[in-house]
Amino acid sequence: MKKTLKIVVLAKQVPDTRNVGKDAMKADGTVNRAALPAIFNPEDLNALEQALTLKDMCPGSTVEVLTMGPPRAADVIRDAMFRGADGGVLLTDRKFAGSDTLATSYALSCAVRKMNPDIIVAGRQAIDGDTAQVGPQVAEKLGWPQVTYAEQIVSLDEGQIVIKRRLERGVETVSCPLPMVMTVNASAPECRPQHAKLVMKYKHAKTVSEIQALQEDYYTELRDARPYLNITEWSVADVDADDAQLGLTGSPTKVKKIENVVFQAKEAKKMTGADAEINALMQELIASHTLG
Amino acid sequence: MANFFLDNKDLQFHLDHPLMKKIVELKERGFADKDLYDYAPVDFEDAMDNYRRVLEIAGGVCGDVIAPNAEDVDHNGPKVVNDRVVYAEGTAKNIEAVTKAGLFGMTLPRKYKGLNMPLVCFVMANEMVARADAGFENIWGLQDCAETLNEFASEELKAEYLPMVSDGATCAMDLTEPDAGSDLQAVMLKATWSEEKGTWLLNGVKRFITNGDGDVALVLARSEEGTTDARGLSMFVYDKRSMAVKVRRIENKLGIKGSPTCELVFTNAPAKLVGDRKMGLIKYVMSLMNAARLGIGAQSTGLSEAAYREALKYAHEREQFGKPIIEFPAVYEMLTNMKAKLQGSRALLYETTRFVEIYKCYTHISHERKLTPEERTEMKEYTKLADAFTPLLKLMSSEYCNQLAYDAIQIHGGSGYMKDYPIERIYRDARITNIYEGTSQLQVVAAIRHVTTGTFLNQIKVYESQEYAPELEHIHSKLIAMREDYEKVVEKVTSMGDNELIDFHARRMVEMVGHIVITYLLMAQAQKNEAYRISAETYAKYGQAQNKAAYEYVMNSCVADSDLFKAVQEEYL
Repeated sequence: MKKTLKIVVLAKQVPDTRNVGKDAMKADGTVNRAALPAIFNPEDLNALEQALTLKDMCPGSTVEVLTMGPPRAADVIRDAMFRGADGGVLLTDRKFAGSDTLATSYALSCAVRKMNPDIIVAGRQAIDGDTAQVGPQVAEKLGWPQVTYAEQIVSLDEGQIVIKRRLERGVETVSCPLPMVMTVNASAPECRPQHAKLVMKYKHAKTVSEIQALQEDYYTELRDARPYLNITEWSVADVDADDAQLGLTGSPTKVKKIENVVFQAKEAKKMTGADAEINALMQELIASHTLG
Repeated sequence: MANFFLDNKDLQFHLDHPLMKKIVELKERGFADKDLYDYAPVDFEDAMDNYRRVLEIAGGVCGDVIAPNAEDVDHNGPKVVNDRVVYAEGTAKNIEAVTKAGLFGMTLPRKYKGLNMPLVCFVMANEMVARADAGFENIWGLQDCAETLNEFASEELKAEYLPMVSDGATCAMDLTEPDAGSDLQAVMLKATWSEEKGTWLLNGVKRFITNGDGDVALVLARSEEGTTDARGLSMFVYDKRSMAVKVRRIENKLGIKGSPTCELVFTNAPAKLVGDRKMGLIKYVMSLMNAARLGIGAQSTGLSEAAYREALKYAHEREQFGKPIIEFPAVYEMLTNMKAKLQGSRALLYETTRFVEIYKCYTHISHERKLTPEERTEMKEYTKLADAFTPLLKLMSSEYCNQLAYDAIQIHGGSGYMKDYPIERIYRDARITNIYEGTSQLQVVAAIRHVTTGTFLNQIKVYESQEYAPELEHIHSKLIAMREDYEKVVEKVTSMGDNELIDFHARRMVEMVGHIVITYLLMAQAQKNEAYRISAETYAKYGQAQNKAAYEYVMNSCVADSDLFKAVQEEYL
């Protein structure tokens, strides 16, 4: 456990689909990102916690967040830094637009090659697409072993990591050599909160695009004196990716049809809890095959 | 995803007070720390932004962790296992959350790993924690014991203990004993110097000690053998890791059940002297108590906030006679008065905090360099104001939080009497605020000399001389009349030439001050923000009526009345 590790967390900024209002969807059936607050994908936060736990286990290790998205996705990197990550990389380029999970995995794997980590930790899936494909596909592209549905890191010794997986019908403990990719379930420990000192330390961290977009940058000197306040930003060219495998051209997934499902609330019944009412309810439920 | 900072515009308003400019300057002193610490601010805006962000973190922990745990903590409470306190599970989770969020050592200097935030921010966090769980506020809020160490302890002691507190060590102040409650001069816990061990050793019993099994304890003990008064008492710091203090029992209380109230047995417990011998009660405990009283002001305001919110929510939801009960005059009047008292408590809380903050900053600066004559004058002025306003705040805010909790239960009707709603816990928790850290009666004792010496009157005249907008002028004139009544009352009481009569009417006079001051503060807020107009108006009505009652009572009293009230002393059961 003495070795220091280079850990990369794959994180995604997603629309908060857990609290949807009536403007959540556009008429064409796609998500109206403007109407939903952008948040750190929940399971990626579980992944970040695992990465930070690893860092606690192996002092001197580093945790960096890799995210692909528009310039504002830098928020995810900052949020992670406020919780204990050392920094991150924002992969942003118009050429990435329209990428499906395959093209995304390709782009991420190109960036990962450049970062050269020992362990990649990702959330199991994102709440906007729910595919759970990106983590495993990145592992495939890199040719690294992967452990999915991870819940707890049991130990780390001599290049082998032992991980407890949460499966549908129980748990499984597996051992895996490094470098490797793990994807983490929501059942894993919640991410630690933002830390007061880290927030004060890293709040001025920005990407080049963000600095350029500012009317006036009050903190240029500070950023010059503290290099960690500059969040790395990479384009397609920076990660030597092949244009043909990116964006819409690199995405074999085509949406065939979108259906609007309208939930309708059924009439509510109020019961006082009297025995006769409960009996009647039981019979009704048995008759409708809801029970039994 | 509740956030007790973001959902509270009133708190945010107080953070933007114009005096913050001065406070930040005094606290950051030219922003010299920016070259030494990566988390130090570089200018005023940067510092204010830091405060907002940290309070937002605290607000999130309060809303998402501490408040949801409160019911469970109240139900299960702490236990004593093998002479040690084991916190309720929820309490342990709360401590973990505030530690991970870095919310310890909030006001301590950065060289002791603190956040070097103003007292104003600490008090705000305190208030939010109390709104979430008043019992937990005690455990977390006791970190302000470290401020007393920071002010009076040697550099060696500070270097040893303050970073521990910043890292999340919890504190306790071990003052009370079975025979020394309100009268701390009677403290008997013995401190003896052991040549052999090269340390002070503490022996004896302490009682009613909040978080008595905390990591770092400040202990008041008798170091001068043969003495019986305050001059024989010194202050010590005890480190729990010595394991020489046993928790004999914890009290079964009416409220704040999550906060362990311990009886402690000291057996040759090694301890270090804080500051100078014999100054324990006279100087250090006074400082500790003043800080603690400010803390209770925050706790009370947080509880008032919680009570008001519960009542407002219920009054909208509950329907009787075909409409929500908030539409009935009896209910909306109650709620409006509750809101005015809540906002009034908060106004007084932050006014007092700013006074305390400024004089404390000057004290620290005076340890580093000689103050200029202007600074010295200012420090003296703010010290006096802090001294006067602290007991006034403790009195008014703790009584109001009891009144708010009482009214909130009333609005809940029968349901409020059941254990089904949080309001019954808030009601029980509130009850201690006007008792501990000095009862309301003792706050009056502390505040009365500022009635007789004129500190309050002078400050009222400062408020009075300010410019107010024409639409607030009617409140201003009302306040001038209230001040005149107050002066007449003070004149009448003091001219009767009987000190016991001053004590007898003391509370009436101090509360008259409270009503005038709070109305001025709310009026000044209304001047800046229309949202406060209603509270300023309604509090003025309430305060005026209260003061009239006190006025009538005093003006119709005479020296001979004393006998009517003293007669009870001859009655026995």
